[in-house]
Amino acid sequence: MDPLLSDVLFGILAVILGTAATLGLYWLLDRLVRLLPLKVQDKIKPLGFLIPAATLLILVLVLPLLQTVVWSFMDDKVKTFVGLENYITLFTSPDFLSILLNNFLWILVVPAVTVSLGVLFANLGNQVGPTREKILKSLIFMPMTISFVSASTIWGYLYTNPAPGRPKIGLLSALVEYFGGTPQNWLQIDDNRLNSFLLMAVIVWLQVGYSMVIISAGIKAVPEETIEAARIDGANGLQVFFRIVIPQISATIMSVFVTVLILVMKVFDIVLAMTGGNFNTNVLAFEYYKQFFVDSNLGPASAVVTILLILIAPLMWLQIRTVRHQESLR
Amino acid sequence: MKNVLNKLSRFKIGSTIALTLLTAIWSIPTVGLLITSFRSRDVANITPWWDAIFSPVNQAWSLDAYSNALSSGGMFEAMVNTLVVTIPSVILPLLVAANAAFAFTFLEFKGREIYFAIIVALMIIPLQSALIPVLRAMVAFQKATHIQLTGNFPSAWIIHCSFALPLAIYILRNYMLSLPSSLIEAARVDGASWYQIFWRLVMPMSVPALASFAIFQFLWVWNDYLIAFIFVGEQKSVMTYRLLRLLGQYGDGWLDVAAGSFISLIVPLIIFFSLQRYFVRGLTAGAVK
Repeated sequence: MDPLLSDVLFGILAVILGTAATLGLYWLLDRLVRLLPLKVQDKIKPLGFLIPAATLLILVLVLPLLQTVVWSFMDDKVKTFVGLENYITLFTSPDFLSILLNNFLWILVVPAVTVSLGVLFANLGNQVGPTREKILKSLIFMPMTISFVSASTIWGYLYTNPAPGRPKIGLLSALVEYFGGTPQNWLQIDDNRLNSFLLMAVIVWLQVGYSMVIISAGIKAVPEETIEAARIDGANGLQVFFRIVIPQISATIMSVFVTVLILVMKVFDIVLAMTGGNFNTNVLAFEYYKQFFVDSNLGPASAVVTILLILIAPLMWLQIRTVRHQESLR
Repeated sequence: MKNVLNKLSRFKIGSTIALTLLTAIWSIPTVGLLITSFRSRDVANITPWWDAIFSPVNQAWSLDAYSNALSSGGMFEAMVNTLVVTIPSVILPLLVAANAAFAFTFLEFKGREIYFAIIVALMIIPLQSALIPVLRAMVAFQKATHIQLTGNFPSAWIIHCSFALPLAIYILRNYMLSLPSSLIEAARVDGASWYQIFWRLVMPMSVPALASFAIFQFLWVWNDYLIAFIFVGEQKSVMTYRLLRLLGQYGDGWLDVAAGSFISLIVPLIIFFSLQRYFVRGLTAGAVK
């Protein structure tokens, strides 16, 4: 049989069987719970709904996570313990310190810019009338559907700078030349981390649509009376926006901020497709990929991820707090 | 009154111009790529794409990049593979997460708040932290049972499903909290079991949240490279994998990638525009105040 056709059949079969098996599993769990005496039933009835999710989370997330932390103290083949050696190697290497600096910049810049642009677009969108809003916002949202790999190609093409004498086909170089500057190999310039900022533009471009859509819904939910009251008290447009609207949508802004931040910590496809981590553009998530797949250094790779986890840990607390805050508003 | 109306309409025009301008800037990369994907290689290498906007008639338009992407790039096979990876990876976590979210919303049990806080914390765990141990465990499982997991679709389904759960549970629970509890009470009084309440009442009412999570998960899995690369790999390569191969080591295949990117965009755009009316409603229920 044609392998493509067999894959399609396999896929269809998997969807049907997988769904049926999942539904059957929950049905079976419900039956099992109901076999028990009423008093016990009442106690364990949540288990019927929770066991499959809990099993997957424990087996695929939690246990492997702990394993990774343990492996970060072991050698390349994760056979013997080496204590803190992986960490010491990492933190004494100038390359790794440069990676940390890059990561720090990504964290500092990308979520803040994405949220700010999202607020700007959402606010403008709310003022132009429903039809225009729908069309313009759909266009801004469109990059959300593009993969990091494709987006990197698009932007790499904008940044491209052919050798001197060759026709200029990169937009950035053409613009710079138009304004009297000298075109350069933009992605190779790490003065002031210029190339890292050029990579960040890609993820901002992709994520602003999401930020805009969620924040726009938040702005629309702000009660009209609070805005009216402020206007009657003589507040101008900007004052209304920053003193009345923004405080009321702070929870929404926070949740978008955290979502983008999480994405930034994990992103590696952009670096892979645009610079391959060269010219000082490496980040933690890409360093992990390199240590694991290119160099097969399991211990050091685990240490890199563990450092990423430690950086993320405060976010967990922030996330739980944001959720708690939202729930208290109900 | 007239004065106010005047002011308002001027305001509107200003905003429209500003937003249109921003949207135009935002679309430059996509437009550039779209134009490029329809140009012939010789022309694209020597003249910039914006020339084609100013003199669209004198251009050597060509579909070569598309035929290249489809034939030598194998984008069609890759699209089929991507669909096979994506569809179960969207449906399975929806079912599992909806059940868990239901328990977290409507059932009383000990430690509910703590378990939910753990789920919220797990939302942040990066995929990378679990990959090596899971890969090793799967290989060990394969050796013991001779059931092929890696290099095939099921491994990707398991990983995508598991890592989607925390966010899915969170979004669905948020939405379920906004459902009228009196309805559930009434069903309880009428003697419905929790199982019946879940399937007959809560699931149908949660469609907006289910749809908005489905869009998210669909876009995420469709555009994922890491999991597809590690767990499915060469044999059943997905679109992102093929695109990166098309690009080549020196980035000289970007014309084909341009065409391939647009081929890979078709399905997500259809999904997004057919489900978008649910998107915001499902995601922001309860979260937006």
